[in-house]
Amino acid sequence: MSEEFFYFLQQLLNGLTVGSTYALIAIGYTMVYGIIGMINFAHGEVYMIGTYVTFIAITGLTMLGIEYMPLVILCALIIAIVASCSFGWAIERTAYRPLRGTNRLIPLISAIGMSIFLQNYLVQAQGARDIGLPPMITGGWSFGPDSFQASVSYMQLIIFIATAVSMLALTTFISKSKMGRACRAVAQDLQMANLLGINTNRVISTTFVIGAALAALAGVLLGLYYGIANPYIGFIAGLKAFTAAVLGGIGSIPGAMLGGLILGVTESFTAGYFSAEYKDVVAFSLLVLILLFRPTGLLGKPEVEKI
Amino acid sequence: MKKNINHSLFTALITFIVSFPLLGLSLVSVNGSLTIQGADNSTMIMIGVAISIVFIFQLYREKILHMLGMLPTPSLPFKQAYKNSSLEKRTTLKKVFMVGLILCVIIWPFMSSRGAIDLATLVLIYVMLGLGLNIVVGLAGLLDLGYVAFYAVGAYSYALLSEYLGLSFWVALPIGGMLAALFGFLLGFPVLRLRGDYLAIVTLGFGEIIRILLNNFTSVTGGPNGISSIPKPTLFGMEFGRRVKEEGNTLFHEVMGIAYSSSYKVIFLYILAVILVIFTLFVIHRLMRMPVGRAWEALREDEIACRSLGLNRTAIKLSAFTIGAAFAGFAGCFFAARQGFISPESFTFIESAIILAIVVLGGMGSQVGVILAAIAMTVLPELARGFDEYRMLMFGLMMVLMMIWRPQGLAPAQRPHMEIKNDA
Repeated sequence: MSEEFFYFLQQLLNGLTVGSTYALIAIGYTMVYGIIGMINFAHGEVYMIGTYVTFIAITGLTMLGIEYMPLVILCALIIAIVASCSFGWAIERTAYRPLRGTNRLIPLISAIGMSIFLQNYLVQAQGARDIGLPPMITGGWSFGPDSFQASVSYMQLIIFIATAVSMLALTTFISKSKMGRACRAVAQDLQMANLLGINTNRVISTTFVIGAALAALAGVLLGLYYGIANPYIGFIAGLKAFTAAVLGGIGSIPGAMLGGLILGVTESFTAGYFSAEYKDVVAFSLLVLILLFRPTGLLGKPEVEKI
Repeated sequence: MKKNINHSLFTALITFIVSFPLLGLSLVSVNGSLTIQGADNSTMIMIGVAISIVFIFQLYREKILHMLGMLPTPSLPFKQAYKNSSLEKRTTLKKVFMVGLILCVIIWPFMSSRGAIDLATLVLIYVMLGLGLNIVVGLAGLLDLGYVAFYAVGAYSYALLSEYLGLSFWVALPIGGMLAALFGFLLGFPVLRLRGDYLAIVTLGFGEIIRILLNNFTSVTGGPNGISSIPKPTLFGMEFGRRVKEEGNTLFHEVMGIAYSSSYKVIFLYILAVILVIFTLFVIHRLMRMPVGRAWEALREDEIACRSLGLNRTAIKLSAFTIGAAFAGFAGCFFAARQGFISPESFTFIESAIILAIVVLGGMGSQVGVILAAIAMTVLPELARGFDEYRMLMFGLMMVLMMIWRPQGLAPAQRPHMEIKNDA
């Protein structure tokens, strides 16, 4: 076991960490796309709001004198999810629902407008500067030879576990629960589902809320991992997550997970072996390449057009 | 009523959650550690007022909408019959109007302030960009979210060509356009086979790639510092500065035998922009009536029908993409020449979003609409300079509200068509 191997392992671990959070955000894109066929451009902003609310909640709870760390983080998680879900719900209600059934471009423009609005809402409310949160979960394990040690921090481990648990919960929800079945039905055919007595409006709202909850989870995890937030983190994270969703095949939930992981690992290897500046370039080039050979993404189903 | 109360309470609660934690509690970093500061009383009162407005509105929603007359009432669409006889009269009238408008636009700068002319030049750049993107989005129906990349290619090609090869603006202008078109072609070739939304994300990614490359090729592009002192365009070898900067050039005010004034340069740039816009308008106007233009619109309306009629889908899309990119290249060249300084900062995604907003706001496919929207999008924020900090906030809000109230745009494209008179 040489030094190179451990370096490789380290990049892989870092990539999987970031990739799993991309996957969490990507699910929001892919579910909304699967159901109403629109790109929810403001989804990255929901993640950003999740991070901010986490920071506010953690600081507030600490100021109130609650010192027990797991409790603080759990409360912050719940508060962040509630806030993000409210945003997700409100965005759908105000900016997208009145536009349903129009030209495909119209909701997209509205979504871009919403994204710009939310970014600047945060600039007004919290200022445009970076906000740093002191690290809360420190430490980890290291292994390997003395010359280069690969390490897994506890935070990374928490990210893996939280992602895996939430993915499992989501998959169970979609495949087992009544609402999940309704979601799948609406994704297949919205009008027909409506005719069969499914409250499609409620299903669509639920989709937005689930997506927002996962984005908030990503916000909490990445907020604790990086310890930094500014109003502009949502844009690039959203872009990456959307790339991940397309990479895996938009509309497919396992595809979003796979796409996120692949994207994260690719970025991490580019940064580790080549140059950190070009990781975005490589990520987007990968997207173009995959779409060239598999135009529907890795796990997407080809769309059959009927006349 | 009970349902109404429940719903109102719910929306009021959502309003509270959406506004209070972010507006009411602000994070402040004191000596490296974070603390929370409550906002001042006026913000709290605002939040309270907002919540009560939402609550009351939702509670009496039907009554309020009824009072405002906004509840949709079933009615039959009634349209004025199209009068065929006025067709010729209208075209001559239109020509007279166009000539008058162009004259006004050219005479106007001699009677207004420098700042106004400068702003008008900026509007014209956006008009050009909007018209170019209109081909791609409005006519061909391809969603391009990275249009700014071609704009950057045009701007950087002029800046680099003049810096390294000493080429003048007039030589660089066609080269910049062609380079941008080449980039459009190279990008379009692989991705135009994809479905619309994939195209959107790939173009968005491409825009980011170009920006990152410009930022990191420091040895060539100057990185984040950009390129400065890009020479201004000349008129037949006449410069508009106070002194000659390049060997062999003459000075405009010396040749003309008039006193030096800095406003000549501004007016010259403005007129140059007007000429470029008129050129763009003319070319696109002709293209729209050529088979390829018809094919763009046909492809946007029904792809399957087009393919069954034997149209080459990829070639048509590619032509739209390439021609649109070329106009962005021209606009970029002009932008670099006007600004004299460019950096990757000018070519961010928000710029793409603004251009796209111009196209959609104007009414997709409509040239008059694009011009109106470009004026609105550039002049309104300038007028709102006093509210500078709320500028982008308002911009985003406006985009959403416009889509809800007037999704067809300010001046939707009108095709020549006949309607049957409905007397009933």
